[in-house]
Amino acid sequence: MLSSSRRRQASLAALALTSSLALAACGGGGFEEEGGSDPASSGDGPAELQVLIGSSGDAETQAVEEAAQAWAEESGNEVEVIVANDIAQQLSQGFAGGNPPDLFYVDAGVFGDYAEAGNLYPYLDQMADADDFYPNLVDSFTLDDQAYCAPKDFSTLALQINTEAWKKAGLTDADVPTTWDELETVAQQLTTPDQAGLVLGLGRDRVGAFLVQNGGFWVDGEAGEATATEPTNAEALEYVQGLLDSGSAVLAPDVDAGWGGEAFGTQKAAMTIEGNWIRGAMENDYPDVDYTVAELPEGPAGKGTLLFTQCWGIAADSPNQEAAVSLVEAMTTAEQQLTNAEAFGVMPSRESAQADYVEQFPQDAPFIAGGDYGQGPVNLPGLGPVVADLDSQLEQLKTADVNDILESFQQNAEAELK
Amino acid sequence: MRGAQSIRQGQARAGWLFVLPTLVLLGLFLAVPVLMALWVSFTDWNGRGSPFASGIGFVGPDNYRELVGKDGGLTRSDFMTSLRNNFYYVLLVVPLQTAFALFLALVLNQRMLKAVGFFRTAFYFPSVVSSVAISLVFLFLFSGGGVVNSMLDAIGVDGPTWFNDSRGLLHLAGDGLGLWNASEPPSALADGGMLGLTWWQWLAGPSVALSVIIMLVVWTTTGTFMLMFMAALQDLPLDVEEAARIDGAGRWGVFRNVTLPHLRPTMLLVTTLGLIGTWQVFDQVYVMTQGGPGKTTLTPAFLSYSYALENQKWGVAAAMAFILFLIIFAMASLQRWIFRDKDALELKRQERRTTKARAAAGSAA
Repeated sequence: MLSSSRRRQASLAALALTSSLALAACGGGGFEEEGGSDPASSGDGPAELQVLIGSSGDAETQAVEEAAQAWAEESGNEVEVIVANDIAQQLSQGFAGGNPPDLFYVDAGVFGDYAEAGNLYPYLDQMADADDFYPNLVDSFTLDDQAYCAPKDFSTLALQINTEAWKKAGLTDADVPTTWDELETVAQQLTTPDQAGLVLGLGRDRVGAFLVQNGGFWVDGEAGEATATEPTNAEALEYVQGLLDSGSAVLAPDVDAGWGGEAFGTQKAAMTIEGNWIRGAMENDYPDVDYTVAELPEGPAGKGTLLFTQCWGIAADSPNQEAAVSLVEAMTTAEQQLTNAEAFGVMPSRESAQADYVEQFPQDAPFIAGGDYGQGPVNLPGLGPVVADLDSQLEQLKTADVNDILESFQQNAEAELK
Repeated sequence: MRGAQSIRQGQARAGWLFVLPTLVLLGLFLAVPVLMALWVSFTDWNGRGSPFASGIGFVGPDNYRELVGKDGGLTRSDFMTSLRNNFYYVLLVVPLQTAFALFLALVLNQRMLKAVGFFRTAFYFPSVVSSVAISLVFLFLFSGGGVVNSMLDAIGVDGPTWFNDSRGLLHLAGDGLGLWNASEPPSALADGGMLGLTWWQWLAGPSVALSVIIMLVVWTTTGTFMLMFMAALQDLPLDVEEAARIDGAGRWGVFRNVTLPHLRPTMLLVTTLGLIGTWQVFDQVYVMTQGGPGKTTLTPAFLSYSYALENQKWGVAAAMAFILFLIIFAMASLQRWIFRDKDALELKRQERRTTKARAAAGSAA
C-alpha cells in the first residue's frame, strides 16, 4: 500500500519535472524591445525574406510572386512567397513564436489589434512617395498618430443597377439616384412582386455607408472614441429601416442569398450595394445579367462610402526590415499596382495611378471615386467582439430599435476603449 | 537480503527507463500545453512573443471575473450565450444519439435480420465521413431553397430559412401554444435576468439554426455509439436471455431486466463520450455558421477560438477553456455517480460488515 502511493508520488514528481523543464525552455525568448521608432533592422549580406499572403486566387499569387522575384533579382536578395490557408492563425503562431514572416497582408479591421500588441514595424515614413497614398487609406493604418504600413490596394462600395429592371420600370440615365430621397423613390419603382428594389448585405460593412453619408460613424478613429450615439447615426439607421419596412429594400438572407451580389445576380433584387469584387462574381456566375454601376447617393452630409483595404505589414521581430521596406516599395509602385489591377481586379492605393486606372477600367470610375471620400473600417484595437456583436444586432435591423443597437455598441465600445 | 534489494533496484530503474518516453511525450504534448494555457488565463498576454517573458502582466483572476463576474460586459454575455446554446445542444444531442444508437444496435442484433453487414455499414457510414464534408452537404440541404424546403413545400409546409433563423424553439413553442407573443416577450421574463442575459434569453431554447446542427450531429455520431452497443450486446450470453424467457419474462421484461443492466457500463461510456464531445463542439459551427445567426450557434469552444486568434484576447480565451473544462469535469463526475452500480456497492459494504463482525467475534472468543 505504502510503496504504491510512494511510487505514484515519484511518477508525479517526474512528470512535474519534465513539464517544468519544458516550460522553462518555452520561456526562453523574451521580446521586450518596442517596435516604435527603431531604425530598420538589417542583417549582413543578402536577406532571405518570407512573405505571407492571403491570396484571392492563382492570379494574385502569380502576380505577387512575379513582382517579388523581379525585386529579388534586382536587389540580390531572396524572397519566398507563402500563400496562407488561414492567415490569422498562421500570423498568430509566428508572433507567439517570435519568428513571424517578414512581410504579410494586414487587413484594416485587425490592424489595430496587431499594432497595439507591438507586432508591426511602423515604416511608412521611410517610404518614397508615401504622400501619394490616399489619406483615407493611410488613416486606416494609423494608430495613435503613427502611420504604420503601406496600403496594398483597396475596394469601395457603390450602387449596382440591373439594366433590364431599370428599363422595365421606365427609368432613364437621368434617374440614377444621387440623394437619399431619389434612392427611396427608384427603389420603390423597381420593386415588383418577385423582385425587391434594393438588397443589402448584412452587417456594419454595408449599413455603415449610410452613417458616413449622414456625417457620422460608429467610432472616431483619430480620437479613439465611440461615437455611435450621435443623433446622425440613428437618423441614418432609421432611413435604412424605413426602406426595409416599406418592402422596397430587403436584407440578403430575406431573399435567401448569402450576400448582396448573389441576390443581385439571381435577379431577386434590382439594385444592390457592393464593392468592386462584384465584378468577378457577375462575370463568373451570372454572365447574362447586364448592370451598371453608380456612386452611392449622397446623404444629407454629402457623399460617403466604405473603404476596404489591406496593407503590407512588416513584422516588428523581423531581422530584415530594411529589405522588406524596399520590397514594399517595389510592390506599391503605380506601375506594379496597375499590373495587379489587370491581373486580379484590385484598385491601386496611389492617387497618381487613379487617372490611368480609370482610363483602363472606365466602368470602375464610381468605385475608385470613393477613394477620395470613403471611410475605412473600425480599426481601433480590442473592438473585435464589439463589432461582431453590432453585426449580430444589425441582423434584426428591420424590427429592432435603432437606439438600442447604437447604445449597446456605444456602451460595449466604451468599456473596451477606456 | 542485500542482493535481493539491488536486483529490485535494477528493475525499478529499468521500469523508469521504459516509461520515460511516454512520460516525456505526455509531459511535452499534454501537461506543458495545459499548464501554459493555465498561466495564460491569468495574464494579459496579447499573443506576441513568449507568454513567460518579463513584460507580460499577471492579472490574477481578472480574466475569469470578466467571464462570470458581477460587472462583466459584452464578454460575459457572449460567454453566457455560448454556454446557453451549448447547454441546449447537449440536452438534445446526448439523449437522442444514445437512444438512436441503442435502438439501431438492438435492431441489428436480431438474429433473424438479413444483410446485417449492409445495414451496419450504412449506419456507420456518416461517422467515418469528414465532419467538414458533411457540414457542407447540410449547408446545401438546408439552404432556403434547398432540398429540405422543397420537400416541405411539397407537403404544403413553408420551411424556414434554416441557417438564417435565430428564433428559439422554446420561444416558438410558447408562441404556438399561446403562452406568450414571441415578438413582445412578457415583461416578467424580459426585465429580470442573470449573468448578462434576461430570463427570456436564457429560455430561448436552441434556435432553428442550432437545431440543424443538432440533427447533423445526432446523425453522424449515432453510428459510432451503435457499434459500441452492438459489441456489448454480443457479449450478452444467449443462455441468460433464454433462461429469463423460460422464467416467464416477456420481450420487454428481458430488455428491462436483463439487457439494460448488462449494458450499463457501455451506457456510461456512451453518455460520457457524448457529453464530452458535445460540450466541445467546434467543427460544425466553424464550417456552417461561425456562431450566427444572432449568436445562437455560438459555443464556448468556438468563442474561445475567435477571441484568441481573431481578437488577440488570449487570456480571456484561455480562461473560457478552463471554465469549459470544469463544466465537463463536473458533469462527467455527476454522470458517473448516477450510473454507479448500487448493487455492487451494497455487496461490498455487506462483505466489509461481515469481516468486521467475524473479527469482533474472533477477538471476543
